[in-house]
Amino acid sequence: MPESLRKLCWPLAALAVLLLFNALLNPEFFSLHFAEGRLTGSLVDVLDRATPVLLLSLGMTLVIATAGVDLSVGAVMAMAGSISAVLLTDFGMPVLPTLLITLLASLAAGAWNGLLVSMLGIQPIVATLILMVAGRGIAQLLTDGQIIPIEGHPGFAYLGGGTLFFLPVTITIALAAALFTAIAVRYTALGLFIESAGENPTASRYAGLNVRAVRLLVYTLSGLFAGVAGLIYASDITAADANNAGLYLELDAILAVVIGGTALSGGRFFLAGSIIGALIIQTLGTTILMTQIGGQSIPAEWNLIVKAIVVLVVCLLQSAALRQILTGKGVRG
Amino acid sequence: MTNRATSTNSPLLKLRGITKRFPGVLALDGVDFTLQAGEIHALLGENGAGKSTLIKVLTGVYRRDTGSMQLGGLEIDPQNPAQAEQLGISTVYQEVNLIPELSVAENISIGRQPRWYGLIDWQACRLRAQEALAPLELSIDVTQPLRTYSIAVQQMVAIARALDQQAKVLVLDEPTSSLDTAEVEQLFRVMRRLRKDGMGIVFVSHFLDQVYAISDRLTVLRGGNLVGEYEAVSLPRLELISKMIGEKVAQVAEMENRHAAPPTTDDQPVVLSAQGIQRRNAIEKMDLEICAGEVVGLAGLLGSGRTETARLLFGIDQPDSGTIKVDGKIVRKHGPRTAIRNRIALAPEDRKEAGIIPNLSVRENIVLALQGRRGWLRRIKRSDQQLLADRFIRALNIATPNSEKLAGQLSGGNQQKVILARWLAMQPKILILDEPTRGIDVGAKVEIENLVAELCADGMALLFISSELAEVCRDSHRIVVLRDQRKIGELTGEEIQLERIMHIIADEQTTEEAEDRTDA
Repeated sequence: MPESLRKLCWPLAALAVLLLFNALLNPEFFSLHFAEGRLTGSLVDVLDRATPVLLLSLGMTLVIATAGVDLSVGAVMAMAGSISAVLLTDFGMPVLPTLLITLLASLAAGAWNGLLVSMLGIQPIVATLILMVAGRGIAQLLTDGQIIPIEGHPGFAYLGGGTLFFLPVTITIALAAALFTAIAVRYTALGLFIESAGENPTASRYAGLNVRAVRLLVYTLSGLFAGVAGLIYASDITAADANNAGLYLELDAILAVVIGGTALSGGRFFLAGSIIGALIIQTLGTTILMTQIGGQSIPAEWNLIVKAIVVLVVCLLQSAALRQILTGKGVRG
Repeated sequence: MTNRATSTNSPLLKLRGITKRFPGVLALDGVDFTLQAGEIHALLGENGAGKSTLIKVLTGVYRRDTGSMQLGGLEIDPQNPAQAEQLGISTVYQEVNLIPELSVAENISIGRQPRWYGLIDWQACRLRAQEALAPLELSIDVTQPLRTYSIAVQQMVAIARALDQQAKVLVLDEPTSSLDTAEVEQLFRVMRRLRKDGMGIVFVSHFLDQVYAISDRLTVLRGGNLVGEYEAVSLPRLELISKMIGEKVAQVAEMENRHAAPPTTDDQPVVLSAQGIQRRNAIEKMDLEICAGEVVGLAGLLGSGRTETARLLFGIDQPDSGTIKVDGKIVRKHGPRTAIRNRIALAPEDRKEAGIIPNLSVRENIVLALQGRRGWLRRIKRSDQQLLADRFIRALNIATPNSEKLAGQLSGGNQQKVILARWLAMQPKILILDEPTRGIDVGAKVEIENLVAELCADGMALLFISSELAEVCRDSHRIVVLRDQRKIGELTGEEIQLERIMHIIADEQTTEEAEDRTDA
């Protein structure tokens, strides 16, 4: 598809520039070492840390393609962490059933959003705002507002810290989720239905598409992926932190999707673009942490500002209007 | 209005050698256009002829590449629509481009509200709005939101806004598409009055009857070129059409003179039958039957219940009572998906809102309904999609460079063909066409009317809805006449005559009024 390739150009270029910047400032950035049975290095680190946002952005891409948005994914992450912590520690449940129940609960949370949007016709931003607030509330109730350590469960710890194929297992999980989504939408007619429903719901309904079912499905998937991201996060910090898990990550996920070229107005979506978007956001974070200017590192307070600037630049690069102004086509010669 | 004394020999508006190029397309190639003060000048051409581009250049939406524009002898170069309005060139579009949530008064004076120490003087604003509406014979409550009024009134408000801006040139772009006969008459009265006051009016319309009824002169464009400028009285209709579409004169004559071929046989089975269907505020209790190989026309004015009937049959709205049968079996839980499963198809009236998916490709638009019926799991193979799309692009003569072009970039007529292709791809037994030829050019219209005849000959049952009575008469074997959401008559074969239908609509009106009086 030439269109999707064209759409990928600018995000890829932005990622390349970011990586190049790192290579110049910090020669160590691209070096990889083999230690304790796995590859280590900044690049691996970026991929590892990008997984939660990457997972969120997969679901978010589909939701945004239906002209919706899912603000609740960060809260669902917190919920997933708390549920699994409570099951493991308070109920002494084995790891596998814990994971299963947690994922089912996340799925249900997503389906709840989907029901509000598709059956009751509540605007997506409002419908998911409800769970954004309530989800974190549930997470805090479950953990009594405390950080619950999850220790002595190697199976659970493996999720966020284990090694598979000489790389952090998170990378394989994210890759599998991305592949699953890509196959689900492109090797079935689901992608067409999502784009059609997002672009023109009335016409889609008249053409015999089940627009409600499509909406229900994308929010449910979004919830499921948020659950996976929440599990990875809890496993990584070996604790359920209802206050901070997934905080503001819904915004990162939306940014990743937008950077990737999917329009908030719905319609055409670009999964690969969203993945690159998630990588850009994470690379940026790592860059700011690692960059030394005159032997001094950049204060962490600058993180958000720099992030905003880079996102702005990437969005400007994609702006057709700005390109016209710059090339002089918008102005009569 | 300020220009009433301009002499006729120096034109009000003079466009010379206007050229506008888009990537890959030469939309206008050295076009001239001259408008006198106090004339109504029709701008005609098929879709893609360059009418819209010329109007957009004139009103500052697009910048011309070359050429000159003079208004009242002075060179002008509007950079945007607001500047064009300031210069005295106002435009009223088919879809009114005012703000529906604001009041009528605000819409008329927006951007130029009367001020009182920096604050908006609402009273002056209202007075000014009433003043601007007065010459249009319209007395409405100007404090109400614009959306509470009909399209016809909204258009009048847009014209009032132009008057309030002292417009010298008024461009009316397809103003009558959504109006009924009485509303068109009112619009024409206003246009004649403005002409008398010395305004220059550019009138763009697909309705040739209306063009002849109101225009002084005609300018015809074809493929971005000027074909010529003519006096309306001295250019016969057939000749005009042939100028618009090029050499297809014989085809035009054929269309103008044709009648629906008689239904194949009398003993065709009834495919669709609606018994006593009704819905509040939509349509009163009615029966309707369509046989295989038959075209049933729905005739009636705007608001008579034509579209409402189509919506009930396709399951978009549920009837309050009554049954719909396909092949003698009652359809339950009626909705678009059930309709499609029963092989009913609907090409809706509102192509943009309910038909085309603009940012998907022609191919994706064509396979949509078929894929929808198969479900998401059984994806049609890409190569099969390609074959299907290519077949219909050829069969329906859809003008597109390839099947991957975005459907929204095609002209109206070709978009309509894409929607027809979408339905034909799933081989319907019953095809409901709601205004299939509205707003599309003559060439595409001929093709669509021919297609209706072909499909019917192949045994399909068709329901044909059009606000052009002549078209309904031409293409239907049987005509159901609707008025005020009621079925008031049914004509077959020899009975189908334009005048007769008009009489039925008119006569019913008088008897109903008589009934009303006895009721009271």
